[in-house]
Amino acid sequence: MLILNCPCCGVTAEETEFHAGGEAHLKRFGPDSSNEDFENYMFMRQNPKGVHLERWRHNNGCGKWFHAARCTMTLEVFGTYSAQTYEPPKEICDLISAKRPGWSWGAFS
Amino acid sequence: MSTRLATGGRLLNKSKALSFSFNGTTLKGFEGDTLASALLANDRVLMGRSFKYHRPRGVVASGSEEPNGLVQMGEGGKFEPNQRVTTTELFEGLKAKSQNHWPSLEYDVGALNAKLSRFMPAGFYYKMFIHPRSFWKHVYEPIIRHAAGLGAAPKATDRDADTYEHFYAFCDVLVIGGGVAGLQAAKAAAASGAKVIVAEQTAHLGGRAVVDGGTIDGQTAEDFVTAITAELEAMDNVTIRTRMMGAGVYDHGYVLGYERLKDHAPEMAGPRHRLWRIRAAQTITATGAIERPLSFAGNDIPGVMLASAIRDYVVNYGVSSGDRTVVVTNNDDAYRTAIALKHAGLDVPAIIDARPAGDDSDLIARAKALGIRVMMGHGIATVQGGKRVTGVEICAQAGEGAVLEEIACDAVAMSGGWSPVVHLWSHCGGKLTWDESQASFRPDPNRPPLGDKGQGFVSVAGAANGETTLAAILADATDCGKEAAKAAGFKAKATKAPVAEDAVERALLPVWLMPQGAGYKLRSKAWLDYQNDVKVSDVQLAAQEGFTSVEHAKRYTTLGMATDQGKLSNINGLAILSDSLNQPIPQTGTTTFRPPYTPISMGSIGGEARGDVFQPIRRTPMYDWHEANGADWEPVGQWRRPYAYVQSGETVHDAVMRETKNTRENLGLLDASTLGKIIVKGPDAGKFLDMLYTNMMSTLKVGKCRYGLMCSENGFLIDDGVVARIDDETFLCHTTTGGAETIHGHMEEWLQTEWWDWNVYVANVTEQYAQVAVVGPKARKALEALGGMDLSADAFGFMEWQDGSLGGFDVRAYRISFSGELSYEIAVPASQGQAFWDALMAVGADLGVMPYGTECLHILRAEKGFIMIGDETDGTVIPQDLGLNWAISKKKTDFLGKRAQQREHMVSDQRWKLVGLETIDKSTLPDGAYAVGEGTNANGQRVMIGRVTSSYHSPNLERGIAMGLVLHGPDRMGEVITFPGTDGKDYEAKIVSPVFYDPEGEKPNV
Amino acid sequence: MSNLISALDKATDNSGIAKIEEIGLQGMITLRGDLSKAAVKKAATSVTGVEMPTLGHANHDGASGLCWMSTDELLVLCPYDQVADTLAKMHTALGKAHALAVDVSDARASLRVSGPNAREVMAKLAPVDLSPEAFKPGMFRRTRMAQVAAAFWMVDDATFQIVCFRSNAQYVFDLLKVAAQNGSEVGFFK
Repeated sequence: MLILNCPCCGVTAEETEFHAGGEAHLKRFGPDSSNEDFENYMFMRQNPKGVHLERWRHNNGCGKWFHAARCTMTLEVFGTYSAQTYEPPKEICDLISAKRPGWSWGAFS
Repeated sequence: MSTRLATGGRLLNKSKALSFSFNGTTLKGFEGDTLASALLANDRVLMGRSFKYHRPRGVVASGSEEPNGLVQMGEGGKFEPNQRVTTTELFEGLKAKSQNHWPSLEYDVGALNAKLSRFMPAGFYYKMFIHPRSFWKHVYEPIIRHAAGLGAAPKATDRDADTYEHFYAFCDVLVIGGGVAGLQAAKAAAASGAKVIVAEQTAHLGGRAVVDGGTIDGQTAEDFVTAITAELEAMDNVTIRTRMMGAGVYDHGYVLGYERLKDHAPEMAGPRHRLWRIRAAQTITATGAIERPLSFAGNDIPGVMLASAIRDYVVNYGVSSGDRTVVVTNNDDAYRTAIALKHAGLDVPAIIDARPAGDDSDLIARAKALGIRVMMGHGIATVQGGKRVTGVEICAQAGEGAVLEEIACDAVAMSGGWSPVVHLWSHCGGKLTWDESQASFRPDPNRPPLGDKGQGFVSVAGAANGETTLAAILADATDCGKEAAKAAGFKAKATKAPVAEDAVERALLPVWLMPQGAGYKLRSKAWLDYQNDVKVSDVQLAAQEGFTSVEHAKRYTTLGMATDQGKLSNINGLAILSDSLNQPIPQTGTTTFRPPYTPISMGSIGGEARGDVFQPIRRTPMYDWHEANGADWEPVGQWRRPYAYVQSGETVHDAVMRETKNTRENLGLLDASTLGKIIVKGPDAGKFLDMLYTNMMSTLKVGKCRYGLMCSENGFLIDDGVVARIDDETFLCHTTTGGAETIHGHMEEWLQTEWWDWNVYVANVTEQYAQVAVVGPKARKALEALGGMDLSADAFGFMEWQDGSLGGFDVRAYRISFSGELSYEIAVPASQGQAFWDALMAVGADLGVMPYGTECLHILRAEKGFIMIGDETDGTVIPQDLGLNWAISKKKTDFLGKRAQQREHMVSDQRWKLVGLETIDKSTLPDGAYAVGEGTNANGQRVMIGRVTSSYHSPNLERGIAMGLVLHGPDRMGEVITFPGTDGKDYEAKIVSPVFYDPEGEKPNV
Repeated sequence: MSNLISALDKATDNSGIAKIEEIGLQGMITLRGDLSKAAVKKAATSVTGVEMPTLGHANHDGASGLCWMSTDELLVLCPYDQVADTLAKMHTALGKAHALAVDVSDARASLRVSGPNAREVMAKLAPVDLSPEAFKPGMFRRTRMAQVAAAFWMVDDATFQIVCFRSNAQYVFDLLKVAAQNGSEVGFFK
């Protein structure tokens, strides 16, 4: 069972306080979008073996959503960060680069 | 015979005799005994029967690795099968029974299986019970079910009489194992100031060292343990728990500790087991090692035991396992047993040592000096005896088993070397390396389980780490403790490893089969897995039949799959498999070690969650009133809502019919408190709700209400409810009962993760209010009788809300209707809910008031063709399917679900659409029934053209009414379609409008 | 109104290793807003007489207090009979600031667990480090207790005050009774 640090309230707690919310940094496509864009937004997910950027909610806590950078294979958590952003913070990217050279995820590396 | 010795027994309190019973016979033991030692003390060598062949079996080991000594304990609410006699502490009045036999332990009909063993090889069940297919259900399954299962299951009617609990604990360093390594590691770690927990699965600290001898810092091992325990207990930052097993190691330093609080003293108050949910920065597993059996014919006959176990019984419990014990070994350690037996005055006719003759080590020399005959280069060809050992046949280890000599004896002490207990290291991914010198797997310190920061979080100390001498074990433990404290963020203090001395041993010789060239006859009597009856010949057959992967061979033979999870059999089995495959053991590898280390009680896993608190039951403020007034409860999520209020002499159905008629004719009250109520406030609140709802909410006027639909982003209808505009910036959104938390979460999700720059705050105020629906033609009269606000049609119109006063209560009243009747929903603060309900019942008395439940609510809404989330919707239905296009804004450029609803199959004319369904004979359609059309589909099944989504008997219309989704339904009004029921009948129904009652909608508008 | 009933009507249980009580009606106001804004701070502090709590903390003075719920949310505590006045004062103080202040007193239940074993009783239900060095009076924690969400703080070193949803009050009370059953002392917190 994972432990995660909620960047909103600062609490480090076990997984039962949190709710996993799938892939982070999805860009919404609305009514005017093409079928392909909407399909990618709605249904296509990365499901990587390794570095993943994902959403979590501290639902049995402060109630806030946040993002986590986590390795799906070793379960190492590289860091958690605000959900109100379009990209992972540089220090987290740098840490991942140090530990997983050559990583990439979506548009980030 | 096995018996109690006059002397010895370091764990016994001989001044306190205990009586207990085994298979109905009363026996005596002492405080400090285990059930195993007490049975042996009473010469009860035969303790059970094996699983497959029903072979007579006695105890093999002295600890948690025991495969044979399983009994059922207790009776009624205290009954539990498969309890290990070796880990069961004796208590006054203990009742145990042996398992897997009929009619008795001594005479077991099932033992015939053993005679047939030649015909029941590995994979027997797979091969045998495959043809003919028609036999699966009625012949094979009953036979297998009758024979299957280890022990008996408790009776379903006997509820567990004990209680259990969880406990969340946090520490810097968790030490699993309270032997000398664990204690020393704990001391080294605690010196840094780190918070340390030591968990020891038995009732006693000290582990093997106190039995095996040696000196530590000039003291006996026993004195060392006493001293270091006192030292640790005096430290504020150390907690020592005995009777607590490290059950499993999980991700990110999560460890389960299984504490058995009163298995040894059932009369004590409090919970029986406590499951510790520990989060440790670092975990040290100091779990010791387990001795391996040797594989020779007849190694399962009662009286053949691990050498260390025989030693334990003599030293710890003053119990001899036999008068004459032959020791058979491939290493020096077993000599300790011979020496201990000799010191206890018992006879050791011979030590059979498989190793070739060579220099005598300390222990060999000491045994010889005691006059024990040592036979190097020899092995046991076969053990004689049935229900107990009567002798052994000796052969050359290098040969094929030609008998050189017979030696009479009543016990055999065997030792095939020691395997480190690597289970807890391995649970979360710690890797192993093969240690050639000890012929065992040991932890590879370079590949530990990884924690949340990618750091190793488990380390191993002492014998569990593959160390074999006392000096090396203590040095390793000291280092391990210091390193763990450092890794947990503490500055390690210099802690000196104690100086230890014990015998210098001669190297072990790996022996996987005895004798080396044993033929089939011997191999088919050489047991690997005692509990599951797996023999050397079975593993060889599996290899021969192509099960070359260790995981496949395990499942095919069931090696290591019993309740002991192969603690004794694992390495021996691997070695046989490797030999059969002609490959080195590391190449074969091990099977996966999974938690728990030994079985833990189901009760401990459930913890407090049973009985009243099995799951949360949410109660409205009027819950007790409902309960006292005949409520037949319906679970709605975690809420309990009255399904109907059953009066004396009524069935539930009668009550529903009565309530439904009365609400249409007089006055009904519904506890609607569970409906979700969410405040949405801010300058962007209107814009936000326009995104959430399919219809336009921003144009709603203050004081007005509007029914709205919510869809998920992929278009499907997820919730509905009435929205009230409170002021310019504030809306109150009603959700379904089940939707309050999810819709609140849905709103927060979009606000936090997509539109975080919008100025909107939401708050879930569902439980702030008790809400009562006052429904029926006399609703206004009732409220007017309470007095306060003006409820006339002019002053308070349909789909409006007002704050005001009724009967002295401050209320928020909504004039909305989910029943098609004149209806008001009145909200009061929850703490006034019961008082308000009482007031309504009082003023309604003359108006024919009756409370009504959820089933009546369903019928009323179905009569009106109102949809219900969860009935008409199932996660695949869009509002357009339900004819709700009027509630979907065409003006809005965007709302959640809009884009998805443009997808090809969402606009397809093949989607089933909502219609009403009227049976021709006025009967009630089966809920969920499917309508069939012409022809068959690609699978040869009848084509389906629709299904029933809601179906009720309407007492007001005196007929069955239903709603359903039907292909081209709205275009087929008047057509009759057929619904085959699961009862074999065909139901015919006419497609009609879903609005059965008051189609003009006049009733609520009065 | 005279016939106000709290969730469990002040039920108490003293049969086990800690005292459990439902403490009756407690005024509670959810305040959502930008906690760094002067108007929001003033609305919170002026009505309670306590300072703004820092992250993860709560400040109390009798029945009044402020609990840090989230980055944009405070729980304002006040005497139950003063909720309406307090709300009105808060709305005045908030002025035109974008914020939400709403009465949730009746949506919640307040329970207390007290006695020397209070920490242990709580640690059987909440996945939180409740050792004296880790959790102290003044701290405030939102978490779960067994299967429901809850928040708690320590009134003093031997007393926890718990807030849960009103509908779950009986469940939480019953949970605490099981956790405090006789003979269940753990002896872990020294």
